[in-house]
Amino acid sequence: MDYEPVIGLETHVQLKTKSKMWCGCANAFGAPPNTNVCPVCLGLPGVLPVANEEALRLTALTGLLLNCTVSRHAKFDRKNYFYPDMPKNYQITQYDKPSTMNGSVEFEFGAGMARVRITRAHLEEDVGKNFHFDRTSGVDFNRAGVPLMEIVSEPDLTSADMAYEYLNALKDILVYGGVSDCDMEKGMVRCDVNVSVRPRGRKELGAKIEIKNMNSFSGVRRALEYEIPRQIETLEKGGKLIQSTRRWDDVAAVTEEMRTKEHAHDYRYFPEPDLMPFQPTAAWLQEVSRRVVELPLARKQRFMRDYQLPASDAQTFVWDAALGNYFEGIAKQAKNPKAAANWVINNLRAKLAESGVALGDLKFQPGAILELIELVDSGKISGKIAQDVFAETFATGDAPARIVEKKSLAQVSDTGAIEKFCEQAIMANPGPAADYRAGKMAALNFLKGQVMKLSKGKANPALVGEVLERKLKG
Amino acid sequence: MLNQLTISELVAKLAKREVSSRVATQACLDQIQRVDGRIRAFISYDAANALAQADAADQAIAGGATHAERPLLGVPVAIKDVIAVKGQPLNCASKILGNFVSPYDATVIEKLKAAGAVVFGRLNMDEYAMGSSTENSAFQVTRNPWDTTRVPGGSSGGSAAAVAADECIAALGSDTGGSIRQPAALCGCVGMKPSYGRVSRYGLVAYASSLDQIGCFGKEVGDAATVLEVLSGVDPRDSTSVPQPVPHFAAGLAGNIKGLKLGLPKEYMIGGLEPEVKAAVDKAVKQLEKLGAEILEISLPHTDYAVATYYIIATAEASANLARFDGIRYGARVDGADPMELYGKTRGAGFGAEVKRRIILGTYVLSSGYYDAYYLRAQKVRTLIRNDFLKAFEKVDVIVTPTSPAVAWKLGEMADDPLQMYLMDIFTISCNLAGICGISVPCGFTQKPKLPIGLQLLGKPFGEEMILKVAHAYEQSTGWHREKPPGNG
Repeated sequence: MDYEPVIGLETHVQLKTKSKMWCGCANAFGAPPNTNVCPVCLGLPGVLPVANEEALRLTALTGLLLNCTVSRHAKFDRKNYFYPDMPKNYQITQYDKPSTMNGSVEFEFGAGMARVRITRAHLEEDVGKNFHFDRTSGVDFNRAGVPLMEIVSEPDLTSADMAYEYLNALKDILVYGGVSDCDMEKGMVRCDVNVSVRPRGRKELGAKIEIKNMNSFSGVRRALEYEIPRQIETLEKGGKLIQSTRRWDDVAAVTEEMRTKEHAHDYRYFPEPDLMPFQPTAAWLQEVSRRVVELPLARKQRFMRDYQLPASDAQTFVWDAALGNYFEGIAKQAKNPKAAANWVINNLRAKLAESGVALGDLKFQPGAILELIELVDSGKISGKIAQDVFAETFATGDAPARIVEKKSLAQVSDTGAIEKFCEQAIMANPGPAADYRAGKMAALNFLKGQVMKLSKGKANPALVGEVLERKLKG
Repeated sequence: MLNQLTISELVAKLAKREVSSRVATQACLDQIQRVDGRIRAFISYDAANALAQADAADQAIAGGATHAERPLLGVPVAIKDVIAVKGQPLNCASKILGNFVSPYDATVIEKLKAAGAVVFGRLNMDEYAMGSSTENSAFQVTRNPWDTTRVPGGSSGGSAAAVAADECIAALGSDTGGSIRQPAALCGCVGMKPSYGRVSRYGLVAYASSLDQIGCFGKEVGDAATVLEVLSGVDPRDSTSVPQPVPHFAAGLAGNIKGLKLGLPKEYMIGGLEPEVKAAVDKAVKQLEKLGAEILEISLPHTDYAVATYYIIATAEASANLARFDGIRYGARVDGADPMELYGKTRGAGFGAEVKRRIILGTYVLSSGYYDAYYLRAQKVRTLIRNDFLKAFEKVDVIVTPTSPAVAWKLGEMADDPLQMYLMDIFTISCNLAGICGISVPCGFTQKPKLPIGLQLLGKPFGEEMILKVAHAYEQSTGWHREKPPGNG
């Protein structure tokens, strides 16, 4: 029998706020243990939570970016369970009235496009982190109370690769929107995977297996690559699958059962009495909607369409949005946007990386790149000279035309001068000249190089080729 | 004796520099020395710290600070052991908090300090404010100053007893289902429960978050008004506090109550009401009528459901609120092989029977499959109860009831009958469910033995000014509040 997997993901993302969800402690990674804490996030007796409004805004913004409905009446609930990393032994979350719901994410998958529906994106709080030493354990509560958004997908994913691509697309959107830095190394994104299999074509879902606490996208893919065949194999052998929770062992590359449905937690959700329901006004939502940005995919498609860029260039401008914005600033005036893209991606980006200068601190005007392209296209300077001119423009801020003039770098297109250089080169290198005449075409390039050297790079390469050929053949 | 003074009397003397705060504070400490071995209202107190605060107040007065700016400057105010005071123990009368010392001040404590009060003492209570007799304390049993074989009421029994026994000038308590008004009635002092949202709960260890309010005890209505004004106001650290303007409560007391409409709920004249309580309340109603108020019968049709509704909502919230006392980060710990065992042992040893009973009840009513039948239903009934009151307040300005169906009972009398004890809250509990305000004022005594009886006045949400005014008019026309328990000295 042919089986198909059905996959849904619950993705937890730390929000990019200055302070924690319920208190003023810094939302910062890497501080010494238990230094970003206060009575509120330690759950001391008597404290109360106060919702971080920026976290509410970022959640609403996510809703808009994921095509969700943003609720006009959201509320918080308590999810009750005991664990040492949880200061209050309940987590404040949104249970039946989340901030946003019913959206979708579109992304490129395989040769085409995929669309995954989003059930909801809701706001909750992160917990602390347990550490185990030789004989004792400890908890670092720096992370406790950090705003965490949970994005729940519908079970629309049908393969490990698709899950992987979905997660990357989601990440791109969140980073793009300024919602989260999504730094996996810092544990900013974590994922619970729900996966079942069923005979292809059947409507009913198989037993849902949850793989908890995945902290990398590739881990999700690997876990699914293990878990899907495991489930199919179990069924094919006549076995039965029951609803259960498993953990992924990254070293052994297997999933292991943690608990079955009978031992599932009863979280005893109930409305959080310490917080009022959140009822955003139209003005508040308007304010949030002003922060909506163009989604990465839309941007890529627009760059390809409007500037006739290849997918790879457009993708570069999606990943490096600032660079993309810089490109856009000049592309509209560019006769040849592709050439401008080349300059920005190949030269400007390399210079930025090499010098450590920020895009905002450039000494030259963006128009300089167009000027440079024009100098090349008109045959005034060679591509090679253009590199040097750009380096100088980058370093000093001087306009390319000025540099060319100042340093007399203009290309030599005077046939007389070039003929002289060619004769010198042929005279000085009888061997290669003979080789060429004997049919070794590659020797021409060597001679061309010599001519360029003699002209200090200023000779028009196309002319040099023509003249050399004529002289050698003649 | 200075410890017997009301706030207004003491403040007058302090302002004229007739007495110092140090001497007044010392008088309270002396009274504690003299009577608290019998009363046992204080779990602990830090005499040196109190006197240092008193000295600071005296210096401020010497430096020209006035009571117009700082209305409680130099006034000793004692605190229920459920409100966080920086550097002082915070136990909630429970073993489970061990030697926990609060690293922060509750908002009300900040406000008291800003107003110049000498904040001192940890007053006994039912563990985590769960109880009506203060017998559920893990530390000690507080006695009623009028008869030390009897309970002071609860859960703020220590606060009521301390004020009645003149061990402090005023005290803070908390009221979730009557925990200020009922012990005030049983001990013969004034107890004020503000409307939900009037006073910040930040720093009040939560029992039932949607019902809890901090309030105050005083020797007369004017004192309750003065302290309430200091405590009131929206707090950015408490999302459930309400941005309502805070009236000048003490100034609003003056004037007559002619033409005010007072409602008597017919549902409150129940069979279980002790005859002497009923007689005293009837007499008080007549007195109010004599003062010019108009008395109307009203109906609060959902009264019968209040106790059941309360014990679902309060215990549900408590089951989560008390989960943090787990032995991991603070408080007493009993070790275990794994976290679950540690929790079980710590909480098993740390919580008393009543607290466990309520946690189990609350856990049950929130459980999967029972939520709709209990918690959700209770919330709906709560709305009906609130609507009863809002409807009644369309007709009347204030509702008048007994505070408690009974006067102070014997220690241990109801210890084995929690349900009977729960019913003692029948007149006070609806007020918390509805989120309205209430005050209990002394309205007489039983004959033999002589035990105080309390009159409860209930007001609209944020209608504290009105009930204070009626309570004050009544109090000034009768003088019951001036009677002192035997043995006060």
